[in-house]
Amino acid sequence: MTSSLLWTPLLFGLIGLALPKRLTGWWATAGTAVTLGLAIALLAGFDSGAAGLQDTVDAEWIPGLGVDYSLGIDGLNVFLLLLTAVLWMAGTAFAAFREQERPHLFFLMLLLGETATLGAFLAQDLLLFVLFFDLMLVPFYFLFGVWGSDRPDGTTASAATLKMIVYTLIGSLLMLVAAIATAIIAADGGQISFSIAELSQHPIAEGSQRWIFWFFAAAFLVKMPAFLLHGWMPDAYRAAPLPALAIFSGVLAKVGAYGFLRVVLPLFPDATVEFQEVVLVIALASILYGSVMAFTQTNVRLIAGYSSVAQLGFITAGIFALSADGADGAVLQMVNHGLVVAPLFVIVAILAERSGTEDLREMGGMAMKAPVLAALFLIVTLATLAMPGSANFIGEFYILNGLFDSKIVFAIVAISGVAMSAYYALRLYQRTMHNRRPDGLESREIGLRDRIVLVPLVLCIVGLALYPQLILKRIDASVQQSVTAATGAPEPKSTVASTPPSNGGNTAISIAVPNFAGDTP
Amino acid sequence: MIAAFHAPDIYYAGLSPVIALTVAICVVLLTAVFQPLRRTAPALTLIALATTAGLLIWQGGEEIDLVSGALRLDDLAIAISLIAVLSAAFAVLLSIREPAVEQAGSGEYHALLLGSVLGMALLAQAQNLVSLFVAIETLSIPLYILCATDLRRERSLEAGLKYLIIGSLGSATLLYGLAFLYGGSGSTDFAGIAAGIGQKGVTGDPLVLIGIALAAVGLAFKTSIAPFHQWTPDVYQGAPTPITGFMAVATKAAAFAVFVRFFDVALISEASEWQPALAVLAAASIVIGNVGALGQSSLKRLLGYSGIAQAGYILGGLVVASEAGVNALVFYLVAYAFMNFAAFAVVVARERETIYGDDIRAVQGLGAERPLLAWPLTISMLGLAGLPATAGFIGKLYLIEALVEGDYTWLAVFIAVGTMISLAYYLRVVAAMWMRPGGETSAAAPAIVGASPEADPIDPEAGRRMYLVAPALLAAAAVVIFGVIPQPLVEFAEHAGASLF
Repeated sequence: MTSSLLWTPLLFGLIGLALPKRLTGWWATAGTAVTLGLAIALLAGFDSGAAGLQDTVDAEWIPGLGVDYSLGIDGLNVFLLLLTAVLWMAGTAFAAFREQERPHLFFLMLLLGETATLGAFLAQDLLLFVLFFDLMLVPFYFLFGVWGSDRPDGTTASAATLKMIVYTLIGSLLMLVAAIATAIIAADGGQISFSIAELSQHPIAEGSQRWIFWFFAAAFLVKMPAFLLHGWMPDAYRAAPLPALAIFSGVLAKVGAYGFLRVVLPLFPDATVEFQEVVLVIALASILYGSVMAFTQTNVRLIAGYSSVAQLGFITAGIFALSADGADGAVLQMVNHGLVVAPLFVIVAILAERSGTEDLREMGGMAMKAPVLAALFLIVTLATLAMPGSANFIGEFYILNGLFDSKIVFAIVAISGVAMSAYYALRLYQRTMHNRRPDGLESREIGLRDRIVLVPLVLCIVGLALYPQLILKRIDASVQQSVTAATGAPEPKSTVASTPPSNGGNTAISIAVPNFAGDTP
Repeated sequence: MIAAFHAPDIYYAGLSPVIALTVAICVVLLTAVFQPLRRTAPALTLIALATTAGLLIWQGGEEIDLVSGALRLDDLAIAISLIAVLSAAFAVLLSIREPAVEQAGSGEYHALLLGSVLGMALLAQAQNLVSLFVAIETLSIPLYILCATDLRRERSLEAGLKYLIIGSLGSATLLYGLAFLYGGSGSTDFAGIAAGIGQKGVTGDPLVLIGIALAAVGLAFKTSIAPFHQWTPDVYQGAPTPITGFMAVATKAAAFAVFVRFFDVALISEASEWQPALAVLAAASIVIGNVGALGQSSLKRLLGYSGIAQAGYILGGLVVASEAGVNALVFYLVAYAFMNFAAFAVVVARERETIYGDDIRAVQGLGAERPLLAWPLTISMLGLAGLPATAGFIGKLYLIEALVEGDYTWLAVFIAVGTMISLAYYLRVVAAMWMRPGGETSAAAPAIVGASPEADPIDPEAGRRMYLVAPALLAAAAVVIFGVIPQPLVEFAEHAGASLF
């Protein structure tokens, strides 16, 4: 089951090469639909109380090097797999509705990307994880470079993509060295094993943990991207084709955050505790920098891009609160952010198709004759700013709650990020949907094809807002296991997975939101 | 009474690959003499290579001393000889319709190629200083000539001369070093040298140390390890492309085989003396090769510099002086061979098809125009860059594992850093293929400076010819297959490593 989930997309992609051009898109969409079906089936069979791995596959791959083909599902990855399947289907369908140049290659790469991403989430062997983590780059290198757009200022898509690849691979390759070093140090002259579960049983010496921790952290923080390591993001985001970008921003950034929970916390507990505050500072810097950049940008893609930097800062802060609440919130927020940012990019693509520009200053008044689009966009916007009632609110609440418990100073700074998110999200909505409509721009309702893509995504957002326990209940046991690996003893937990957040936090945040929103020009 | 005369005991089965090659050289050379047989030279060469490969595989698993201990046929020798034979076969296929072959004479060209392979097979089996040196000259001298076979092109002649001079310098340095080693240890035999050094306890003996240093320099010339690499880009660019491909793979493999035997067998007791020195050479190679490749616009020069960097990675396998290191080295050599075959086949095809020669413009727009050529080159570049799902990734994994185990983690980090730099130029080639519109590549386009239609006849169908496309596709398929199912190749490499330790 797990294996078929992993390989279905690639199989469809390869068969698609033999089909006529006009069919490849639909065939690929069918492939993602089958994958989504498999992911849902896995979730249905998921035992929500258990902390350990389920549906495991374990086979020798390269016995000579100690690498196993080992996959498994637990609370940490089950919803990320589902998110991957959902977003990929939406992105593929969106692309299939439109004419693509060289469709065979496009959809092959898209589906290869899905297999690689699912592999990174599923892998329970450290080296297999590194392999899939690196492999994710290859299809997106082609997707961004071949179908990307060159900028008028001369930055070509291939140059922007190269920058992205070099940045992200710097981390990945150091991670490869670090992964091998971990296994060899842990084996201590015996049989080398890369199994994450086995490695977490015997953490390596603290001195080695220090440098290995940073090699892994570099890979994950670049991928997110975190502040100071985000240099590739603006160019790549501006060059990327939007369907691919929606998936990239929605899913791939989460692999980095997931890597912290899956690999870093259990394997390098001493270093995690030691560097907790350093990473928290990076996370806070990402929140502040991302938010500030998001409300100064005029390019709609970059607003979404920088808002992702801020949101992933939140997720990182939740993980490094090193409390069960924070990590629960982080996992929930990973899913939420994926579900929010993907429709955001789809809407950006629709807006850009209409207006022929991605500049906020040249947009406006799009809501006039397009109530459905405006309503969908509004839901996405409110979810982005973590409006109380949305699942994002609950995610951020848990994160802040966890952070308050462990590091109150950091929590206070992080709250400002919540407020700022209201500003940039509403600014984006207002400037595009309201205000005066520039000449030559017509307000038109979205067609059936775009509704087919957008409505299910927005329904997911609404559904999660109504019933976040769907996720919280199932992730809790695994998340707690991961966090206690780092902190030692299980902590007393407050409200996770049962009751909605308490009133204190509720009011504190909901007051901040309208204040900043009111400042929107 | 008949005098008890014992004829030397010759183990023909063990010598059979070498004998087959020697006979083949004579036969192929004779085809040059008989007019009606001239066209058969490539076919005969391929048959000879196939026979040799068959004999090598037949001898697999044996460990026998030959010719009074001057040679030794073991799995390492067989593995390296197979790489040499395979790359010669690729070179023969790529040489079909190569102008150089017509100019040099088909019989002579192919006989020289086989001569070089013979030298490599001998080198991989060499067990003492004399056979080592004889073998290295047997492989080098035909290559000096082959480099210069494209008689009408000045660059080809220049490459031949340059290679001759620098190669001789390398050989002389090596020979000088071997003499010192003989003086220091009192033996020409690898095992004898190891015993001699061990007995006298000459750790730090200047005579031996100078010998090691000079021999290392000589071998570094042959494997194009920085800072003894300067000849590589020029010679690679000037030589006929099939020969460049052959040199890039086979010479490197054979020279590394003797590197391994020399250091991991004869000088193993001095390991702590030479390990840091070789590690520094490896690091220098990685940096210089990768940085040098960044600015290249000629694909052959780019592959030349990339070869320098790759030699640095491979040398890492030697530095750790362990079985895992040799395994990793052999694995990487095989992966490197396939990645280079794919790349050179495409370069040859485009060289004949377009007016741009080996310039990077020759592959612009290849993805749309000739997907069957673009994919092999793409896979080759991604493999050389060490991306997953290629044999290159597993090779790097293997090397890094050996390095970390041998306490050379810093060199492993160097490999990672070098790989990052290398992405910039490998992906430039990929970008040219897929992300640029095709140039004016047709034969109708105006000729550019430096290309005379007489010397570079354009064959607009070259990109569709099976003898170029099939090798490229096969090599690329091997890169992917060994990237996904590496276990058979891992076992192959383990056999080779096990024969030394």
